[in-house]
Amino acid sequence: MAATAGSRSSGLSRVERRNLLLGLAFISPWIIGFLIFDVYPLASSLYYSLTRYDLIQAPVWIGLGNYSFTFTKDPSFWNVVYNTFFYVVFSVPLSIAAAFLIANLLNSKIVGRSIFRGIIYIPSIVPAVCTAMVWLLLLNIQYGAINGMLQAVHLRAIPFLSNPNLSKPSLVMIATWACGGTVVIFLASLQDVSRTLYEAATMDGANAWQRFLNVTLPMCSPVILFNLTIGFINSFQEFTLPWLLTNGGPAASSEMYSLHLYRTAFQNLRMGTASALAWLLFIVIVAFTVVLFRTSGRWVYYGGER
Amino acid sequence: MTATAKTARDLTTAAAVRRSKATHIITEVAKYVVLLLLSASFFFPLFYMFVSAIKNDSQVYTVPPILFPNPAHWQNFYNAWTTTFNFTQMAINSIFRYCLPVTLATVIVCTLVGYGFARIKWVGRDFLFYLCMGTMMMPWQVTMVPLFIIYRTLKWTNSYLPLVVPSLFGVPYFIFLLRQFMMTIPEELSDAARIDGANELGILIRIILPLMTPALTVVALFRWLGAWNDYLGPLIYLNRADLYPLALGVNQLRVAQMSNGNQVNTFPYLMAVSTIIALPILLLFFFAQRTFIEGISLTGIKG
Repeated sequence: MAATAGSRSSGLSRVERRNLLLGLAFISPWIIGFLIFDVYPLASSLYYSLTRYDLIQAPVWIGLGNYSFTFTKDPSFWNVVYNTFFYVVFSVPLSIAAAFLIANLLNSKIVGRSIFRGIIYIPSIVPAVCTAMVWLLLLNIQYGAINGMLQAVHLRAIPFLSNPNLSKPSLVMIATWACGGTVVIFLASLQDVSRTLYEAATMDGANAWQRFLNVTLPMCSPVILFNLTIGFINSFQEFTLPWLLTNGGPAASSEMYSLHLYRTAFQNLRMGTASALAWLLFIVIVAFTVVLFRTSGRWVYYGGER
Repeated sequence: MTATAKTARDLTTAAAVRRSKATHIITEVAKYVVLLLLSASFFFPLFYMFVSAIKNDSQVYTVPPILFPNPAHWQNFYNAWTTTFNFTQMAINSIFRYCLPVTLATVIVCTLVGYGFARIKWVGRDFLFYLCMGTMMMPWQVTMVPLFIIYRTLKWTNSYLPLVVPSLFGVPYFIFLLRQFMMTIPEELSDAARIDGANELGILIRIILPLMTPALTVVALFRWLGAWNDYLGPLIYLNRADLYPLALGVNQLRVAQMSNGNQVNTFPYLMAVSTIIALPILLLFFFAQRTFIEGISLTGIKG
């Protein structure tokens, strides 16, 4: 470190300069892409968010007009905020918890583990459009397979997609069904937990539950944090499944934030308002991530690394 | 006195062993029961998608649901594929206009960028790497409007350019993946080649690349999958049915079938087309299961 500082004060050495140029040359596609597809759009979307713009006439500066419209006049804003938080708060912890339990189940000695793992993983890689179509059929109130089975045992049919109170829980259920990717990640991290820790715990008289609580959970907590973060970021932006399955309905009960944003931009052609919505979402995602990492010190165990 | 105590202890130990054996068997059985129920519920939706694809209308609307339709209507696959829309054209769009170019671009460019981040030491490298990772936190909605306006000005809408061109500049997620993998290759290999006078591009091609096959397969697989499954990108930029990729085509079929009340065989046809577009993914998974599993583990752990 001191050596680097010393050489930097007298400029870079010949090798250092050569390596700098080489390094920049190798990553240059990303730098150019970063400027074109990230920096410029980021700056201009901030600008558009302060204008009225319908793609036809030139943008008109309206200051914070879009933001005040969103918070005070947009009739659907608070509804989509509620829907999105509902979806995020339930689907992410639920699917992470389910994935972690399933991974633990698969991590014990099991005949045919790779078959079970495959079956659980596959739903997460099937095209979202297929997922939407098949659940449309499964959850239909009249002839859906799930209601068909309920009726066969003389239970009442459940209006999964036609009742405003059930549309969001149905989406959460489908998100949990597609948790296989997380299962595989957890399974790999479980296999990295050292056996000696379990042996030591057993010697100290810990039962299976105590071993899970005091060895498995802390050792996997960094991976849990990582998946929680990714899960939150992705769920806040969830678009395809609600768009295809319920199209936001019934009675806007599953209208998610990104659906509303898409409609604002491409159906109502309010590019300025849409940009303001996007920036608000960005701020929420960053805030969520920061809070998650700040509070993680209390429950995430980093071994000897910290 | 001590002898009786000893036998008593032996007896209790034997009982404890017997008891723990019994609990062991019970937990083992319970484990498999839970696993079987779980995998049945994970498997059922896709199984039902397939069996509904070979039903006719009266079979698909029957309550309780039919699990093994007899007779099976295999011609649904052909009819669904050809009757309303030209799904062959959409398959060509998906494969040759979207998945293939995007996968090739991603593999080549992300390898180069990953090399720059992993195998050369330079001032400011780590800062730029974290910046690159940071862009993954940016929601697509933030850049959606300006990018749409750019592509519209360039007259790129209703073409695959907006979907393909960004991949020519690297995808942070895959840059990360390849960089992580390259970090695990011993530095001595590169040093030896440098002493022999090889340049960096030569080292990448002759020394690093041959060791990268597993990671490159993972990237190619996931990138292909991402494009195959992508719905939002084509939805924003394409609005002519002859340009649609398969994912959009399926929903187009639903719209057409349901526009004036349900047409004949709406659900069987939808399930048939869904089965056909899910099938390549399932086959890919069966043939490359290990690559999938290793790849996804690689992405999750070293974060």
